Amino acid sequence: MTVDELKPIIESLIYVSEEPISVKQLAALLEGESMDDVQAAADQLTEEFNARAGGLELRQLAGGYRITTRPEFSEYVRRYLKSQPSARLSLAALETLAVIAYKQPITIPEILEIRGVTSTSAIKTLLDRRLIVAKGHKQVVGRPMLYGTSKDFLIHFGLNDLSELPNLEDFEDLMTS
Amino acid sequence: MKEGLSQETEQSGTAETQSEFAETTDQYKVKLSMFEGPLDLLLYLIRKEEVSIYDIPIARISEQYLEYLRAMEELDIGVAGEFLVMAATLIHIKTQMLLPRDPDAPLEETEDPRNELVYQLLEHQKFKGAANVLHQRAMMEAAAFTRASMDEDTDNPEVAATVFKLFEVFKEVMDRRQAISEMEIVRDEMTMAEKIAEIKLMLNNSAEVSARTLFERARSRREMVLIFLSVLELVKGLAIRLTQSEIFGDIVIVKREAA
Repeated sequence: MTVDELKPIIESLIYVSEEPISVKQLAALLEGESMDDVQAAADQLTEEFNARAGGLELRQLAGGYRITTRPEFSEYVRRYLKSQPSARLSLAALETLAVIAYKQPITIPEILEIRGVTSTSAIKTLLDRRLIVAKGHKQVVGRPMLYGTSKDFLIHFGLNDLSELPNLEDFEDLMTS
Repeated sequence: MKEGLSQETEQSGTAETQSEFAETTDQYKVKLSMFEGPLDLLLYLIRKEEVSIYDIPIARISEQYLEYLRAMEELDIGVAGEFLVMAATLIHIKTQMLLPRDPDAPLEETEDPRNELVYQLLEHQKFKGAANVLHQRAMMEAAAFTRASMDEDTDNPEVAATVFKLFEVFKEVMDRRQAISEMEIVRDEMTMAEKIAEIKLMLNNSAEVSARTLFERARSRREMVLIFLSVLELVKGLAIRLTQSEIFGDIVIVKREAA
């Protein structure tokens, strides 16, 4: 199939997919098409889709493609869905999450060392919300549990992968000016 | 009479100051309870005093810090243990800086007693900044919606058949087991979570696992049921796929590729 023929098919699949769908998954569904063609079609589709400047945008989240409404129109969408903004994370939970995100995989005692405060309830919240997951044990005495961020974390914060996290060094000079 | 009058004015005077005090108290309360930890409070003080984080005037900052702690206690805000530990740390650093340096000690050993604290503050600040950015991103993401869920294809005969076929294998092994009169009674306390983890581990070691083998290896009826339920759970969670190469053939469990 040509790239032009692939585009609408890919668009349909992205629309139907509940989770962000990766190029690999798309290629698997489009048996016989090369990954390069699929990627090229997806890239072109993204450009054309977003150039329309409509109410939807096609983005890359957690290593896959997803169609979402544009944030500017959230008020109207919420009217329709009659939904409330979901509970926000507390400052403690956010900071704990930041430590885990940048230093993963990391154990709870190590988190405590960096933050200086015990954050067990924050960690519980993060686990409940599936923003962090256990990633095995550290091979030291006691074999403490290691934690890292999950795919849901990427989706929740609109990241395609961990490299999109803001640079820590950017926050270093807030005080020294 | 005069006394009475002056008493009155005194009382009304007090009432005014009391309400004024209450207002500022509330403001103070809000402000002070915003310090989630001692490092937050220190960063705030450093910024407020407009001093450099790399050269903290410990005497001044500790004094301010202790004053804030006192105010917090007076305003009935619970002061967490960590704040007190930090107070002790600050005083400790202060005393270390007041002590004369040992002239005999080599230069490398005489480290600035503030260093560890400065390091902690810098790290804390970095993560605080990152947390803030993450918060804003989350707000943006929360405003972007996806299409509502589509109905699951429960009528799909393929899906239904696979589960049914799995049950057939299960029943077959179970029936064979009944024929053996003696079965080892094992006190098997394994939970489903453990069984699921075990199956996942098996799939990590080999590309596919035969469902029949899995059932046959069970040491008790309970374990067989556990295996069956665990496999169903894993299928539901889209962690594995069940395939059958021939109509009445064995069912093979294959790990599902993560996205």
